Amino acid sequence: MADPRTHRLRLWTSALVVGAVVLAVLLVPPLVQLDEQAVDLSQKLLPPSWEHPFGTDDVGRDLLLRCVYGLRISLLVGLVAALVATVLGTAVGAAAGALGGWTDRTLMRLVDAFSSVPHLLLGIFVVALFRPGVWPVIASVAVTHWLSTARIVRSEVLSLRTRPHIEAAISGGASRRRVATRHLLPAVLPQAGLAAVLMVPHAMWHESALSFLGLGLPSHQASLGNLVQSARSSLLSGAWWPTLFPGLFLILPTLAIAGLAGTWRDRLNPRRRSELML
Amino acid sequence: MARMTGRRALAAVPVLLGVTLAVFAVAEASPFDPVKAYAGTAGLTASQENLDQLRHNLGVDQPLLTRWWEWLTAAVTGDLGDSAVMRRPVADVITERLGWSVLLAATAFLVAIALGTLLGVLAGRRRGGLLDRTVSALAYTLEAAPAFWLGLLAIWFFALRLGVLPAGGLTDTASDTVTPDQVARHLVLPALVLGVSQLPWFFLYVRQGVGDALDEDPVRGARARGLAERTVLTGHALRAGMLPMLTLIGSRVPELITGALLVETVFSWPGIAAATVQAATAVDFPLLAALTVLATAAVLLGNLLSDLLYGLADPRVGFDG
Repeated sequence: MADPRTHRLRLWTSALVVGAVVLAVLLVPPLVQLDEQAVDLSQKLLPPSWEHPFGTDDVGRDLLLRCVYGLRISLLVGLVAALVATVLGTAVGAAAGALGGWTDRTLMRLVDAFSSVPHLLLGIFVVALFRPGVWPVIASVAVTHWLSTARIVRSEVLSLRTRPHIEAAISGGASRRRVATRHLLPAVLPQAGLAAVLMVPHAMWHESALSFLGLGLPSHQASLGNLVQSARSSLLSGAWWPTLFPGLFLILPTLAIAGLAGTWRDRLNPRRRSELML
Repeated sequence: MARMTGRRALAAVPVLLGVTLAVFAVAEASPFDPVKAYAGTAGLTASQENLDQLRHNLGVDQPLLTRWWEWLTAAVTGDLGDSAVMRRPVADVITERLGWSVLLAATAFLVAIALGTLLGVLAGRRRGGLLDRTVSALAYTLEAAPAFWLGLLAIWFFALRLGVLPAGGLTDTASDTVTPDQVARHLVLPALVLGVSQLPWFFLYVRQGVGDALDEDPVRGARARGLAERTVLTGHALRAGMLPMLTLIGSRVPELITGALLVETVFSWPGIAAATVQAATAVDFPLLAALTVLATAAVLLGNLLSDLLYGLADPRVGFDG
């Protein structure tokens, strides 16, 4: 990462991809007068061509259009889930860090216990018992992803509490509430925001995995995971395109978001030595 | 070391108890009704009286804590209830399938460690070089690629296009005995896919570790003494560079389980991860509960292993944690 030109290239490519994705999912559905559900059996399982750049699926629907709609749903679920998880994690982390003592110990034990259950398994468990649907999926992604945010926010609050300006505020007679809202929270928000941005691709991945296993969104709200799932039978008859493109649509935004977040992270934690740290 | 193991085992007990209780609490809060699940379509026409009797027979008219306690005391004696989807006792399902999952996971781990170490050393040796940039970019892409997608593409390419490897299952469909060579052939694709999906993490850690170690004094000293590049690389840099990765292997258990859930399902591998997905799809609560607790125990065991290795590898770290 030493070369600033590579750095700038990464930033601009990422920004371009994220911009394209946002534009596509926002503009294509209202502007393009094409029905993504339009079935045309005479056009089924066509390989990629100029007319259908991604080919068509087993009932003749255009895959490019299906992928854009799928990305739209996956992105929406990912955004909402990441937002819920960040609010939850920030609240728990801030409470643990600011209150300390008994509350801190109980909350962090809870975080430890939660992180002992593999994320996807916990998600599967929640969705299985509450039946697949948009909200159970969002809930299952949110309950498994707030843990790291809680840890980050807590450690940030703990280190902030010993800083002179906080001590000055406390000895100046500021109430606990004032210290929390005026001094702690604003300082913690950038870190929590960064964690939230990095969480979006994670949440999208999680939703796709659940949908692929048949435990995610109902098939009429086809997310990228549903698309891969429904492409399985076509794959066995040799058609690779209905499987390949939804996966690429998942990877590309993930890399782009990570690239953007990486630049942000370098600004936020300039002393970060390793690529593997937050 | 024994003291720490004992203490950690004791600390795991409340966590596991908490998880079992949470499992029951979530089931209680959910719209899932075990009586209707048990009765199936017959439940739609059954009289209320029969349903109540069934409710009583299944013991679900008891309060949450009573049911949890009964499940727990039975579980300690090895009775985990009956699985509806497998139509067998849960304990039998687990003992029969656990071995296959362990085989798959262990092979995948070996693949990931071997490939990750090799590529990590090569990339870490000249950071910023062409090889490093290519492999690193590939690693980040792989990290973003879902394991089920990789698995499906692997099936398409190796099983359908080239026809060299079987697409799934444990043995050939025509065969009714399990022979080692058939299992080995069926193991290749799922183990490779699971291993490759775990690879980026191993690779990035070794690359970082080796790269850092190459800048440090022991390596500089070894080079100054005129040791061969090979000795410096494998004897000094690799040993220092692999340490953080080795000590963190135990903490990879959750990711391994996540990967196994997807890979076993894609390849119809008869392990417990595939059974978990089936149990979830059919809302088979006894099986799902047992497997969730089992996975938690595996994660705790992995964490313990990780701490023990860390203590062994770095004497400055005590075993008191």
